Amino acid sequence: MSGAESPLAAGRTITVAPLTRIEGHGRITLQLDASGRLAQARFHVDEFRGFESFCLGRPYGEMGALTARICGICPVSHLLAAGRAGDRLLGAAPPPAAQRLRTLLNLAQICQSHALSFFHLSSPDWLLGWESDPARRNLFGLIAADPELARAGIGLRRFGQELIERLAGRRIHAGWVVPGGVRSGITATTRRWILQQLPEARASVQLALDRFVPLLDGPLQRELASFGSFPSLFLALVAPDGRWCCGDGSLRLVDSLGRVVADGLCEDDDIAVLAERTEHWSALKFPYYRPLGYHEGLYRVGPLARLNVCTAIGTPWADCELAAFRDRHGTAASGGRTAIASFAYHHARLVEIVACLEGMEQLLVHPALLRGPVRAVGRGGSRTALGVSEAPRGTLFHHYSVDVNGLLTRVNLLIATGQNNLAMNRTVDQIAREWIPWPLPAAVEIAEPLLNRLEAGIRCFDPCLSCSTHAAGLMPLRVTLLDSGGQVLAERTRP
Amino acid sequence: MTPGSRLRLATVWLSGCSGCHMALLDLDEWLFVLADLAEIVYSPVASDCKIYPPRVDVCLVEGAVANRDNLELALQLRARTSRVIALGDCAALGNVTALRNLCGAGVQHSAWEALDCAYRQLSDGEEVIPAAPILLPRVLPLHRVIAVDGVIPGCPPTAAAIRAALETLLQP
Repeated sequence: MSGAESPLAAGRTITVAPLTRIEGHGRITLQLDASGRLAQARFHVDEFRGFESFCLGRPYGEMGALTARICGICPVSHLLAAGRAGDRLLGAAPPPAAQRLRTLLNLAQICQSHALSFFHLSSPDWLLGWESDPARRNLFGLIAADPELARAGIGLRRFGQELIERLAGRRIHAGWVVPGGVRSGITATTRRWILQQLPEARASVQLALDRFVPLLDGPLQRELASFGSFPSLFLALVAPDGRWCCGDGSLRLVDSLGRVVADGLCEDDDIAVLAERTEHWSALKFPYYRPLGYHEGLYRVGPLARLNVCTAIGTPWADCELAAFRDRHGTAASGGRTAIASFAYHHARLVEIVACLEGMEQLLVHPALLRGPVRAVGRGGSRTALGVSEAPRGTLFHHYSVDVNGLLTRVNLLIATGQNNLAMNRTVDQIAREWIPWPLPAAVEIAEPLLNRLEAGIRCFDPCLSCSTHAAGLMPLRVTLLDSGGQVLAERTRP
Repeated sequence: MTPGSRLRLATVWLSGCSGCHMALLDLDEWLFVLADLAEIVYSPVASDCKIYPPRVDVCLVEGAVANRDNLELALQLRARTSRVIALGDCAALGNVTALRNLCGAGVQHSAWEALDCAYRQLSDGEEVIPAAPILLPRVLPLHRVIAVDGVIPGCPPTAAAIRAALETLLQP
């Protein structure tokens, strides 16, 4: 606890830790002023693994397999970013079939990861209820209470994972993407299997939409309005025509009115528009858009950002769902174009699962998928390279420099969750102001469902703290009250 | 079956990538069977309980011991658990997490070198090293800090291996 060093330390601090149903070790603190009102809410991350350091001196070809071990939920994202950086270092542009296969792999991963976030981790909050027993408010509670939905979620995740296994050899930490392409092509059997599975996957996501969307008009209205609803910038990859893109693309940054702030960024130097700040109170760094400065340069990435940034998705059902999404969440100020509510991330995930399923079908019926080489020959590349992928949680950057022998001399990883760090902090602050009756009375008893709502604000972003600090854990919840000297006045942990 | 008659299962996540827990979720529909065999009393992916509970029958531990929080939790879970199983290669051997031990010139300084690289060399603005977590000088496999009753190897282990282990461990 760093309260003693803070200018706000005249008041007390409430800590929520460790957070659960979130991937990573983190905590939330609420710092109070002398009058017992909220001075500042913060989201802290308490992990560190040091990939940027221990990868130095290793051959860049190892980076796919190594950085996949940053995160077991989205290893494919690291594999793709490392592969793309490797393409440039090697001077080997992947053949068309390899590019399509990489995209197919990413669509499968986004599908399984979104299913995990929506069904396994977040849906217990609203399907079992914020006030439900914390010991039951989880996947196993869902299995007992709503087996149909639990089965749909488990099935959808299994479909994505099994697709990854059939394509890349294993479900987790497959080393299939390599500089210059992929290790092997897709078999006719796998292609047929995927096409056979798609109808059931579609039915599962339809079930989730049918269950979730009506709740936004009723019991979840207040959460939608108060869980991180604020204007910001949004960053995502887009295709050359501006469409939603989970393959190779270029970066576009838009504001909350839908105006393009920066576009066409894809070169090595372009990452300089993003800066990172370190704060003593969190292991997770704070990226921002450099031209607007720290705080003002707050931007969001991930499903919500991708839907805000793209002009369209490009497949019929997904575009239909995107239109409904914008009708529902688009602000009046943006002409219904841009959603600013972070709670809408959950809805955006379902729209993206639809986009992934349709995108898979589009790729699979393309005749070139089964033909042609899947690896390119290296022709000599650059000594510094940027690899970008759209991870389930947002845009992921791997930036490498190598020496003449291809050994790494500099590694910088800019992770999706980290880029949402400023937004997650603002979200926690907004929830605390909206839901806690300030000033807090002297005998403090913060009800468990309220603590859970603070965590749920973070869950909207589906953070991956292993990734973001190149570290690991799932967030557990403790609330601590500190006096002005940093002494613990009261502490409450969920049973 | 009443909750009282099932074995009490916990899963813990120290310093790792979550891949072993994802492999656990790769049990897919067998999770329905698991729900009948065991009561999940503590788990980062399947429980909101914040304190490691007493009288746990089986605990699967993912990840290596890299910081003080990891160490405290490892000691706590050992004291409250009958059978502790190292889940995956980081818990069993250190694996990729222990590559941090190679940072810098020598073993003594590896943690500092890694922090310095991440937060000072690769960050803008003031040079700040975060106050938490407090890193141990070396990343250690689980058996170096507590007694371990079994290992499920792999990076990550396959769901089939986890299932085979659980079917044995959870026999009443």
